[in-house]
Amino acid sequence: MSATSMTVAEGRIEWDRPDRGRVGMFSLIAAEAAIFTIFVVAYLFYMGKSLTGPMPKDVLSVPIFYTICLLSSSLTIHLAAKLLRRGSVRAFKIWWFATITLGAAFMYGTTTEWHRLIYHDGLTISTNLFGTTYYSLVGLHGFHVVIGLMSLSIVMALTLLGHVRSEHAERIDVLSLYWHFVDVVWIGVFTVVYVIGR
Amino acid sequence: MSTDALALSRTELASRPIVARLHDWVTTVDHKRLGILYIIYAMVFLVIAGLEATIIRIQLIRPHNDFVSPQVFNRLFTMHGTTMIFFVIMPVLFGFANYLIPLMIGARDMAFPRLNAFSFWMTAFGGLLLYFSLVGANGLYGAGNAPDVGWFAYAPLTSRTFSVGHSTDFWTLALLVSGFGSIGTATNIIATVLCMRCPGMTLAKMPLFAWLNLVMACLVILCVSPLTAAQIMLVIDRYLGGHFFDTQAGGSAVIWMHFFWVFGHPEVYVLVLPAFAFASEIIPVFSRKPIFGYPVMVGATIAIGFISMSVWAHHMFTVGMSSAANNFFVISTMAIAVPTGIKIFNWLGTMWGGKIEFKTPMLFCVAFLFQFLIAGLTGIMQGAAPFDWHLGSSYFVVAHFHYVIVGGILFCLFGAFYYWFPKMSGKMYSETLGKLHFWLFIVGFHLTFDFMHIPGLLGMPRRIYTYEPGRGWDTWNFIVTVGVFFQAAGILVFVGNLLWSYFRGKAAGSDPWDSWTLEWSTNSPPPAYNFASIPVVKSRRPLWDLKHPDDPDWKYE
Repeated sequence: MSATSMTVAEGRIEWDRPDRGRVGMFSLIAAEAAIFTIFVVAYLFYMGKSLTGPMPKDVLSVPIFYTICLLSSSLTIHLAAKLLRRGSVRAFKIWWFATITLGAAFMYGTTTEWHRLIYHDGLTISTNLFGTTYYSLVGLHGFHVVIGLMSLSIVMALTLLGHVRSEHAERIDVLSLYWHFVDVVWIGVFTVVYVIGR
Repeated sequence: MSTDALALSRTELASRPIVARLHDWVTTVDHKRLGILYIIYAMVFLVIAGLEATIIRIQLIRPHNDFVSPQVFNRLFTMHGTTMIFFVIMPVLFGFANYLIPLMIGARDMAFPRLNAFSFWMTAFGGLLLYFSLVGANGLYGAGNAPDVGWFAYAPLTSRTFSVGHSTDFWTLALLVSGFGSIGTATNIIATVLCMRCPGMTLAKMPLFAWLNLVMACLVILCVSPLTAAQIMLVIDRYLGGHFFDTQAGGSAVIWMHFFWVFGHPEVYVLVLPAFAFASEIIPVFSRKPIFGYPVMVGATIAIGFISMSVWAHHMFTVGMSSAANNFFVISTMAIAVPTGIKIFNWLGTMWGGKIEFKTPMLFCVAFLFQFLIAGLTGIMQGAAPFDWHLGSSYFVVAHFHYVIVGGILFCLFGAFYYWFPKMSGKMYSETLGKLHFWLFIVGFHLTFDFMHIPGLLGMPRRIYTYEPGRGWDTWNFIVTVGVFFQAAGILVFVGNLLWSYFRGKAAGSDPWDSWTLEWSTNSPPPAYNFASIPVVKSRRPLWDLKHPDDPDWKYE
């Protein structure tokens, strides 16, 4: 019971721990996945329970082109991160920009779909249960795409200003994990909304 | 080393103007300061929510009492429950986790210090938002005050029709905001435990405190997120005219119950696992023995984590589910008693044959063992669906969960306060006052919560404003309320003890309990950098190894 502090043995041993950025991102992804799960459960639970129209089969069309855009952006971001790790910032820039373009194209698709649904079909979030669950689930996903696009754009701006180099590849990897997650969630949302729910 | 430098920096600190010192606290990203901020913040809300409980009990002391109006009574029990769960127990547990985990695993800070500060301020502003409802909820509608829908806010009571003004909105937003804070802190705890351990500290050599908080953080990630989702749905319903919980448009009120309890039941384990963590550190030190069955303790913790995700609908037996669902949730509820029982036996095994010292922290932990066992037994009673049909929404339920939260969690928490107070403040508390606190509180606790079971069995429903005389409830309610004053006296002694000791107490030294985990190897209070050099550990009890070089633990582990 000494009054001053003690020093616990110092020494050298083999010591390897996981990267905290990846662990933090996986925790965030788990939390987000839980949020999406609840919204998906609500969507499935309320399928076909709307008391009034419009119904999904009348108004929804399958957004195949924009889905391909979003899913292929996973490929481009993977390529970009890989190229940065190898040190070619120029190629990274090109593929990173391609990712942003594909993500933006997907958001454009959602915007036009919503515009058509609201102005042409008269479906809003308060119209019926389908509207409530559809807009909140697809909207929640769209919100995540927008957050992702903002983060990607910040990296793009930093790259153009010459601040991103190959030693940042680890961090870029962490960000790309988030983008992959957003894409995987879309597979779930797409299946629920456009395949099962239609 | 730096004793002189430390003394110098302290006099410098003391001479700085108060605004500058406050600025240091507000902008801090140091895990120890944030931990203390969490704890002080929770203490303030503990007093507020405790006063609310006292008013509730004064109202119920005799039949036909009208100490407060029925409307105020509804607000009081809603605010009491919401505050205690979200703004007292969770923050205080996060505070201890924040303060202790980096010290215990030999790290200099959490994995994400700025996220840590962000999470604290989110939680803090969530609490302020909840209480701002007292002035803000009236809003433009000229109706509404503090939330009055109960802490689980069942639909359709929360719809615009039945909950006018902004009172429910404040409730929703407060929980949404503090929920983001909780998810941030949980992320931080997971990353810290997995990625910041000092060399040699493999997962199997971590203190149990770190293990239990790791599982707690995983549960927070998985259970607070559904609550966040449900709150988003409620906001959509209330502000955008959505129909999630709107039964008039085909929506379901029962699905809110499911979403809420998917959060609500794991939440109990979020609160109790850190309490287990305190007990797992305190009991071995005051029994002078290493923890009994470390690997089994870790396994049982993980089992509790998994099972707790599948028991939520035992809160809903009285709603009317299919018998298949009832059976499933009865069985899973019974199953969770197994790992919890394992833990209780392991703590007893630790004490068995030990040289037990009944210092204040140990007293609280021993009381916890008995009380948590009883709380578990009444839990099994209600876990049986047919019996729950009799007990559901009665005072028996209130008695049961207060037995868990006060008798289990709060007792461990008091133990933790006394055990780590010397480390956090550098001062020793008064053992006499600590024991006085313990005896006042244990008498008050048993008067209140033992006798609360009986009116519940006799059919007294929870959340009633008042009751008729002559139903056999009168005497019990009187005794229950009398107990509250003993508990309040105990809390006063507790706060007085800590304040007096902080200013006038004797210096505690770095290791007053002759303990074994790393936080006791550094100064009390620890310097900003925690450890002058990062420690290297070889066993679960690094300080034992240091004190007993002839017989170190790592030879046997």
